[in-house]
Amino acid sequence: MRSADRNPGPRAGATAAQSESVDESIAQERERVLHHEQEQDLAASAAAQALASVAAEPGSSKPDPILVAKKVSRRFGGLLAVDVEHLEVQRGTLTALIGPNGAGKSTFFNVVSGFDKPTSGTWRFNGREMAGLSANRIARLGMVRTFQLTKALTRMTALENMMLGATDQLGEHFLPSLIRPLWRAQDKQIEVRADNLLEHFNLAHMRDQFAGTMSGGQRKLLEMARAMMVQPDLLMLDEPMAGVNPALTQSLLGHIQALRDGGTTVILVEHDMDVIMSISDWIVCFAEGRVIAEGRPDDIRSNQAVVDAYLGSQRALPRKQEE
Amino acid sequence: MDWVGIFSSALSDMIGPFAAIYALAAVGLNLHFGYTGLLNFGQVAFMLVGAYGVGVAVVTFSLSLWWGILVAILASVVVALILGIPTLRLRGDYLAIATIAAGEVLRLFFNSTYTEPVTNGAFGLGPTNNEFNALNPIPNGTYQLGPFQYTSSALWVMLVTWSLVALACVLVFLLMRSPWGRVLRSVREDELAARSLGKSVYGYKLQSLVLGGVLGGLAGVMYTMDISTQFPNNFDPKVTFYLWVIMTLGGAGRIIGPVVGAVIFWFLFSFLGAFLGELFPGANTGAARIAIVGLILMLLMVFRPAGILGDPEEMRLEVR
Amino acid sequence: MRTRLIATVLATVLISLLVAFTAAPASASPTPGAKPDQGITGTIRGPDGPVEGVMITVLQDGTPIGGATSAADGKWLVGVPKPGVYQVTLDVKTLPTTLQLRNPGGETLSNLRVQPDAVKFAIFPLVKAGEGAGSGGGGGGGQLAYLVSVLLSGLEFGLIIAMTAVGLSLIFGTTGLINFAHGELVTIGAVIAYILGTSLFQWPFIIAIILAIVGVGLLGGIIELGLWRPLRKRGVGLIQMFIISIGLALFLRHTILFFFGSQREQYLQATTQTQLTLGPVTISPRDLIIIVFSILVLVGVAVMLQRTRMGKAMRALADNRDLAEASGIDVDRVIRNVWIIGGGLAGLGGVLFGLTSAVYWDMGFNLLLLMFAGVILGGLGSAYGAMLGSIVVGLVAQFSTVWFPAELEYAWAMLVLIGVLLVRPQGILGKLQRAG
Repeated sequence: MRSADRNPGPRAGATAAQSESVDESIAQERERVLHHEQEQDLAASAAAQALASVAAEPGSSKPDPILVAKKVSRRFGGLLAVDVEHLEVQRGTLTALIGPNGAGKSTFFNVVSGFDKPTSGTWRFNGREMAGLSANRIARLGMVRTFQLTKALTRMTALENMMLGATDQLGEHFLPSLIRPLWRAQDKQIEVRADNLLEHFNLAHMRDQFAGTMSGGQRKLLEMARAMMVQPDLLMLDEPMAGVNPALTQSLLGHIQALRDGGTTVILVEHDMDVIMSISDWIVCFAEGRVIAEGRPDDIRSNQAVVDAYLGSQRALPRKQEE
Repeated sequence: MDWVGIFSSALSDMIGPFAAIYALAAVGLNLHFGYTGLLNFGQVAFMLVGAYGVGVAVVTFSLSLWWGILVAILASVVVALILGIPTLRLRGDYLAIATIAAGEVLRLFFNSTYTEPVTNGAFGLGPTNNEFNALNPIPNGTYQLGPFQYTSSALWVMLVTWSLVALACVLVFLLMRSPWGRVLRSVREDELAARSLGKSVYGYKLQSLVLGGVLGGLAGVMYTMDISTQFPNNFDPKVTFYLWVIMTLGGAGRIIGPVVGAVIFWFLFSFLGAFLGELFPGANTGAARIAIVGLILMLLMVFRPAGILGDPEEMRLEVR
Repeated sequence: MRTRLIATVLATVLISLLVAFTAAPASASPTPGAKPDQGITGTIRGPDGPVEGVMITVLQDGTPIGGATSAADGKWLVGVPKPGVYQVTLDVKTLPTTLQLRNPGGETLSNLRVQPDAVKFAIFPLVKAGEGAGSGGGGGGGQLAYLVSVLLSGLEFGLIIAMTAVGLSLIFGTTGLINFAHGELVTIGAVIAYILGTSLFQWPFIIAIILAIVGVGLLGGIIELGLWRPLRKRGVGLIQMFIISIGLALFLRHTILFFFGSQREQYLQATTQTQLTLGPVTISPRDLIIIVFSILVLVGVAVMLQRTRMGKAMRALADNRDLAEASGIDVDRVIRNVWIIGGGLAGLGGVLFGLTSAVYWDMGFNLLLLMFAGVILGGLGSAYGAMLGSIVVGLVAQFSTVWFPAELEYAWAMLVLIGVLLVRPQGILGKLQRAG
C-alpha cells in the first residue's frame, strides 16, 4: 500500500512543469553518458566487428545468434500478417526492425515474445526452443519486451513497479509470502537493485510516486528500467520513442545504447529512420509480413527493395549526403 | 414515529450477525476486485455452496459440524476452479457474466426437485446449527447495552464471525504487504505488463479467486449458523450486489474497507427498512429500500468511486 | 454534469412513478383480503372473457385445504399454510354449459408445487363446448408433433430473446458498456402495454404496443443523454459504468416492484385461443403471430444495419471506434440512436414476453441472463451473432424441458453459456482479438 509520508498527489499542471525540468536534466545526463564514457565506442565497434563478415541479405546467418526464427507466420483471417522465412539476431548488438505501417514488425514481436500465437513456425532463443511457451515463461527465460503503449502500473509506485520485475522471488509464492522473515532479506536486495536502476535512469526522485503521475517519457524510462530488473539477455523495445516528447528522445536513445553497451542484446521496432540509422548495429526491414532486406545502416540506405517498400508511404529514407 | 426503536434496531444491525457475515464475504470480494481486478459478480455462489456444504453434511448426512465446514471449504474451492479455469484467460467482463450465471444456475439447481433428496429443494434445509449452538458459551437470554440488543445465539454468531473477519483482514494485510500482493496488484493494473515481467498472471488470478471464494464460503457457513434453515432463494443475485455496495462504500483495495462498508450498509439498510415501514405502512417498503440501495450504488460510483477510505486522487489514475 | 445526472434520476423516478401509479389499481384487485404467505391462484377465462362463479378446491394428499370461487374478473386465490405439493380441482358442474375443459381430465391439476412466499399459478384451459383439443384432430401425430411444438415454442422464445439482445449487443459494440439495466427496459415495456391495454385503459393492443415501444425507446434515449453520455465525457471507466448500470437496474427493478407489486399479470389479449392445426402441428394464432412478427422485426433490423447510413455507421462504430470517428461519423448521434432503437426493441420484446408468459416485476431480469447467454454465444458485439445466439438459447431452454424439469429451463440455457466460454469464448460469429 502506499507509504504514509507520500506527498499529496501533484495535479496535472504541476506534473507537466515538473517533468519538463526533469527532461532537461535527462538531456544533460545523456550528454554526460555519450561524451564521457569511452567504452560505449568500444562496445559499438565490437558489435560492428562481429557483424562485419555477415552478408547483407535476408535470412543471413550470424556468428553468434541469440535469436533464430524459422518459418514464423501469423495469419489473421485472410491476411498473412507475418511470414518470416529465416531471421537471426546477433548477440550483443542493437538490432532494429523497420518497415512501413502494417509490415508485420509488431506482430512478429508479439509472436516471438509469446503474446500472440503463430500460425506456424518455430524460434530458438539462447539455443532453446520457444514455440508454445507462455509469455511469462519466455520472459523468465530472459527475453523481455516493452509495449508501444506504455504499461506503467499506474496505482503502484515507481519502486513497486521496479521490484515487481525481479524474478525468483520467494515472497511471490503464497505460503512463504505470509512469513516475512523468509523473504525480507531478498526483498531488501531487490530494493537496492531497483534503487540503483532508478538512479541510473534518472528516476530516483520519483521513487515513491505513483507511476500514474509520471510523464509519458518518464513512463517509457520506467518501463525500460523495469524490464532490466528481469535481467534479460534480450530486451525487445516496441516503438520506445512513440508518444515521447522529442526533446526526450535523445536521452532515451542514450539509455538504449547504454543497455547494449552493458551487454544486453536489444531489438527495437521503430518508425523514425533517423533514429534507427544513428544507433543501430544491424537493421532488418519488413514489408508485407516478410523480411525484404537486412544489413548495416549503410547497406539499408542503398537497398533498392527498402526504398521501394517505403515509396508512397509517409516517410522517405534520409539521404546519404545528410551526414 | 418511533425514532428510538428505529435507531435501536439500526444500531443493533450495524454490528449484528448479518453485518459480520456480509463483511466476511466482502473481504473475499475485495481480494477479487479490489486487489486483483477480477469482476466477480457471483460471490453469492460461494456463499451458497458454503452454506449448503455444511448444511447437507450436517442435516442430510448427519456428519459433525467440523466435517461440514471442511466440505463447505472444499466446495468453495471447487466452484472457484470450475469458474476460474475457463474464464480467467478471457477478458474481465466474461468473468462477470459467467459468475453471475453460475450463481443463478446453482440456485436454480439447488431449488429444483432434482436435488431435493439432498438439499430438500425449495422446502428449506435445516436445522443446520444445532451443534454450533451447543458450543455457545453465552448463557441463554437477551442481552442489552444501551441501544444494542441481541439474543445469546446472535451474540455467539457475532463473536465467531467478527473473529473470522478480523483473521481474514490480518491475512489480507500479510498477503498484500508481501511480494505476492505486489504481483496481485500488478495484475489489477495491467495483466500484460505483469506477464511481460514473467509473472504467471493466470495462476495468481486463480489463487485470488480460490482464496476470496473460500472467504465467501465461510460467510455462507456463518449465514446458515445464524438462520438455521436455509432456502436456495436466500442466495439470489441481490446478495452479490449488496456485497459490491459494501465493498465500494468502504473503498475497494483497502484492507478494512469491507468492514467499514458492511457496518455503514447495515445501519442504513436497517434504518431505511424501519423508517420507510413507518412512513408507508402496508406498502412494499422492502422493495423501496432496495431501490434506494441501487441509487446509492449509482451515486457512489459516479461521485465517489474510491469509497470512504479510498484516495480519490489514486482512483483518478485508473486508466480503464 | 451533476445537475444533468440529478435531472436524469428525477426523470427516471417520475417515469417509474407514472408507470406505477397507473398500475396500482390493477394490483389491488386480485388479492381480496390479507395476502397469505403462499397460495395458488388463477383466472378462469373462456374464449369470450372471464368466467364468474366457478368453484375451485385445493387438496393435499386427498385432504381439502381450502376452496374459492372465481370473481367477476375470473380470478381466484386459495391460501395454503405451507409450501408443498397440492392438487387443485375445478368443479365442472359450476362451469357454464357453453364451456368445457380443453383437455379431458383437465379438471384436476395434481403435483402443483408451491414454493415459500410464492403464489403458484393453476391454469384450466377452457374452450367452447364441442371444441375440445381431442375433437379437432390435432391431438394425433404423437412424438413428432410434440417435438415440433417444442421447436416452435423454442423458436418463439429465442426470437423474443433475440429482439431484446440486439440492443444489448449494439450498446456493447458501440460504447463498450455491458448494460445491466437492459432487462428493466424489457419490464417497463411490458408494464406500459399492460397499463394501456389491460389495467387502466383498455386501448387497442396494437396502440398499447406502439406506445410501449416509443416509451421505452425514449427512456433509452433519456438514459443515454442524461447518464451515460455525461459519464463518458467525464472519462469514467467502463468497469465503473458497468457497476453504475447494476445500480440503475436495482433501482428501476425495485421501483417497479414497489408500485406494481410482485404478482404476475396477464394481458387481456393473452386469452386462451383456439389452436390452429397446420399438418401435424398445432399452434395458437397468438404464438404464430409472435413468431412471424418477430422474424419480420429482426429482418427489418438486419436490413437497417446493412443498408441504411445509420445502420452502417453503427456497425462501423462497433467494429473500430477510432476509425469510425476518424472517418467523420458523428459518434454521439449514432450511440444515441443505438439506445433509442435498442430501447424500443427491448420494449417490444417485453410485450411479447409478457404475452407468452406473464407481466411481472423481474421478468426482464430473468431474461437478462439469457440475453447475455445469447450475446456471448453469438459473439460479443456482433448484432447478427446476438440474434443467432439468442435463438439457440431459446431452443436450448425449451428443449431441455423435454428431458428435464421445466423449472430448470433457464439454468440449462446458462449452462450452455458457461460451456461456450470453455470451448469457443469468441462465440459463433465473433473473431479473436489481437493481443499485445
